[in-house]
Amino acid sequence: MSMTDQIRLPKSAPRPQIAMLLIGLAAVLVLTRAALPEGLIRPPDWLILPFADWVNTVFTFLRDDLGLMALTRAFAGMVEWLLDVTANILYGKSRWPRLGPLPWSVVAITMAALGAWLGGWRLAVLAGGTFTWIAVMGQWQWAMETLSVIAVAAPFSIVTGLLLGIAAWRFRLVARVLDPVLNIAQSLPHFAYMIPVVVFIGVGPKAGAIVTIIFSVPPMIRMTALGLAKVPDEVVEAGRMGGATPFQLLRKVRLPTARTEILVGVNQVIMQCLAMVVLASFIGMPGLGQKLLQLLQALKIGLSVEIGITIVLIAVVLDRLTRAWAMRQPQHHAGGLRWWQRHPVLLAWALAVVLAFALAQIFPILAQVPRREALSIAAPIDLVMDQVIRLVDPLTTWLRWFLITWVLIPLRDAIQFLPFSAILLAVAAAGWAIGGWRSALVVGGFIALIAVSGWWDRAMITVYMVGFSVCLAALIGFPLGIWAARGEARAQRMLLICDTLQTFPSFIYLIPVVMLFGVNDVAVVMAVVTFAAVPLIRYTTLGLRGVAPELIEAAQMSGATRRQLLWQVQLPMALPVMMVGVNQSVMFSLFMVIIAAFIGTQDLGQELQRALSASDVGKGMVLGLAVAFLGLAVDHLIRSWSRNRAA
Amino acid sequence: MTRTSRLSWAARLSLAPLFIAASLAGAAQAEDSADPITIPIHNWSSQIVMSHAIGQIFEGLGNSVEYVSTDSQAVYEAIRLGDATLEVEVWEGAFGASFTAALEKGGIHEAGNHNAITREDWWYPLWTKEACPGLPDWKALNDCAAVFATPETGEKGRFLGGPVDWLKHDAEKVEALDMNFTVVNAGSAAALWAELAAAEKDKTPIVIFNWTPNFAEAVWPGEFVEFPKWEAGCDTDPAVGLYPDKVYDCGNPADGYLKIAAWDGMPEKWPAAYAVLQKVSFTNPQIAEMAKLVDIDGMEPEDAASAWLAANEAVWKPWLE
Repeated sequence: MSMTDQIRLPKSAPRPQIAMLLIGLAAVLVLTRAALPEGLIRPPDWLILPFADWVNTVFTFLRDDLGLMALTRAFAGMVEWLLDVTANILYGKSRWPRLGPLPWSVVAITMAALGAWLGGWRLAVLAGGTFTWIAVMGQWQWAMETLSVIAVAAPFSIVTGLLLGIAAWRFRLVARVLDPVLNIAQSLPHFAYMIPVVVFIGVGPKAGAIVTIIFSVPPMIRMTALGLAKVPDEVVEAGRMGGATPFQLLRKVRLPTARTEILVGVNQVIMQCLAMVVLASFIGMPGLGQKLLQLLQALKIGLSVEIGITIVLIAVVLDRLTRAWAMRQPQHHAGGLRWWQRHPVLLAWALAVVLAFALAQIFPILAQVPRREALSIAAPIDLVMDQVIRLVDPLTTWLRWFLITWVLIPLRDAIQFLPFSAILLAVAAAGWAIGGWRSALVVGGFIALIAVSGWWDRAMITVYMVGFSVCLAALIGFPLGIWAARGEARAQRMLLICDTLQTFPSFIYLIPVVMLFGVNDVAVVMAVVTFAAVPLIRYTTLGLRGVAPELIEAAQMSGATRRQLLWQVQLPMALPVMMVGVNQSVMFSLFMVIIAAFIGTQDLGQELQRALSASDVGKGMVLGLAVAFLGLAVDHLIRSWSRNRAA
Repeated sequence: MTRTSRLSWAARLSLAPLFIAASLAGAAQAEDSADPITIPIHNWSSQIVMSHAIGQIFEGLGNSVEYVSTDSQAVYEAIRLGDATLEVEVWEGAFGASFTAALEKGGIHEAGNHNAITREDWWYPLWTKEACPGLPDWKALNDCAAVFATPETGEKGRFLGGPVDWLKHDAEKVEALDMNFTVVNAGSAAALWAELAAAEKDKTPIVIFNWTPNFAEAVWPGEFVEFPKWEAGCDTDPAVGLYPDKVYDCGNPADGYLKIAAWDGMPEKWPAAYAVLQKVSFTNPQIAEMAKLVDIDGMEPEDAASAWLAANEAVWKPWLE
């Protein structure tokens, strides 16, 4: 079939002989392990560099000698002032301007109006309904605490990202410096950069806001630079001919043309902000995340699920609103209409808000629903959870025994048995096979850095858990994705489920998983799989749905069976997209395995958790980078593979 | 109170102007700053309720109070720098090390001591006793180690410890006492409770790390394992304890302190509030009651604090005088 031509390795493919040689060498090292000197089995002590001490020295220098602390604290003071303003308006913290809190009904009406204006009545119902749910469930105060931080962090990220993105597009040097920094920043576990924030900024809402900004800014920079780079020359030329100055060209021509990408960046920023809601509460972000952790600590699963639902709903609403904004086309009205005919939503909003303010004075329930009178669905959720756990308990007890005895312990022993020199060679071989000597150097370098960091054994435990989890997730994710891609409606539903699972706070998974499997690696793997399967399902579905219908038709006409169609046409065509899913799945697993330290692990995550509670910047950074390098090595391999394939 | 009541009416009357003058002078001098007092809250309920209770007492004095959630270990650094003002629950076992380290660096001091004892050690829920009747003796526990075996610990019994950063030396204890147990560390208190709740469903025997005062006592009645009694130096001096050549051959202290810590700048900035704080002292049952209001009765911490204050005026009103 002609399709096979497409998967043939391109001419520029690296020579496989050297890769085979490296693999062979690695195999020899493994076979002769008993005779190897100790220095080839575990990284020897003299090889290990005191990175943590160096980082700490630099930080102490920055903080004490350079007085950077005064600067960061001043910046934090400014952020805090902004936070106080939003906090006052949204939930009535006693700070300037002392206007708030807004009644919940006013906020809900405003959100509904925004929905109606941007996306019609469905979005209005979703947005208004979400905020009504929050109020009725008695979570108003917490949700507003969360939103008061996001309302500062998101705009801050967007503006910073836009400026840095423009700089990266305009100046090559900036792009060159930013690119690796962003790569590392996006693969660094959250806890790693929370530690320096605690040192430089302190704890509290301001620290939460700043950590959220740091976490959410990279996609904005990326998307802005990408969008600007994609602006067609003809458009710029037309602008130039119109006599635009360089600044006008940027503001009136380039940025509007790159609008779609920039708005995707805005959307990403908001999603990242919501992803940080729970984690940032470790360093003092108030609101839903903090409440969620408190409730989990007291094992109140039903109530935490309620909060989880709220976080998902807020994410969905903000996502849909920003997307609708991105899609929105300028409206043109027929002449001769009065302004209120042109802006019916604005008028309705103004009237409804005035009415709501007035009614809230008379009926306090429209201003705030007290916790005591709030609804709760916690009891049925707890009941269902309890029943499910009882029901599946025999199965999970067996599964726990089976996986631990026959899969996890042997795997773990095997990976600990392998000499580190053999692993290094094997990784380099994989690099060589995929991208030639450059890739071999890059991925080998990443892994070698982990070896000299002194955390080799723990890093290998992380590798084993992530590796096994991703394999398990693939067993679930690929078939589900293939199944979902069979029909458009089904695919849409599956993507919605993926969105939900992805925004649902991962901490909530940890408790049921411990109840089912106990404190051990099985529980960790199960929690990670739940999270890691999502991108696999998503990208398999997207990839298969994206295959050109003409191709499928052509294959059907030439008499391909359904199975042949899937294996020989659809899957090969969708493979690049599916590999993006694999890449993301590895990243998600790395993040989740770190969070799973709260179940109890013996990997990098456990040490990272320790570093956070001891505020040890150096150790935290080294561990964080070790995790990031694992992710970057995989990322590099998959990307080079896709590039070669496309070439 | 008792001292003034001994004075005769006449004496009190004659002294009254003096008292008033003194209290006025005191008030003028003891003007608290209008800045909010920042009380850190953590992730367990008794601490949150107690923080709110003390915060509400301060608010009654006219102070403004703010609550900030922080990590329970990192909080001592925050107090030292003045980012947080005080800490209402300093546990000897869990936070003694962080607190002492912060004391040495300066900026923080001990402002009071609760009339409560804290204990942290190996613990089991009562249903465990059916499978291992010799409890709470540690030797009996060791004899039925097989009852606590899990797939990951093989033949040995599993002891589910707290997170490693709580630094509990359970593994050392197992080694010193030559116990047939393996220590598995849970990553968070929530993981401990989740295991306990799961064990309760089919009454699986389980031995975990636990502490008192704690809400878990009310949900799952249980007992501490009785190890050889703690003696000072048991953790450093091999001669002390059960065996002459081992360290950690003993249980944890059964009567740890529960203190209140404050920022060094607090007495100057909020003298009136600080004077009250020095008198604050809660007992074990009172702390358990606060936790129960939230964890069992499902109240919000703020409401629980108000309810507790309303029901226990006799306890805290004297602190204001």
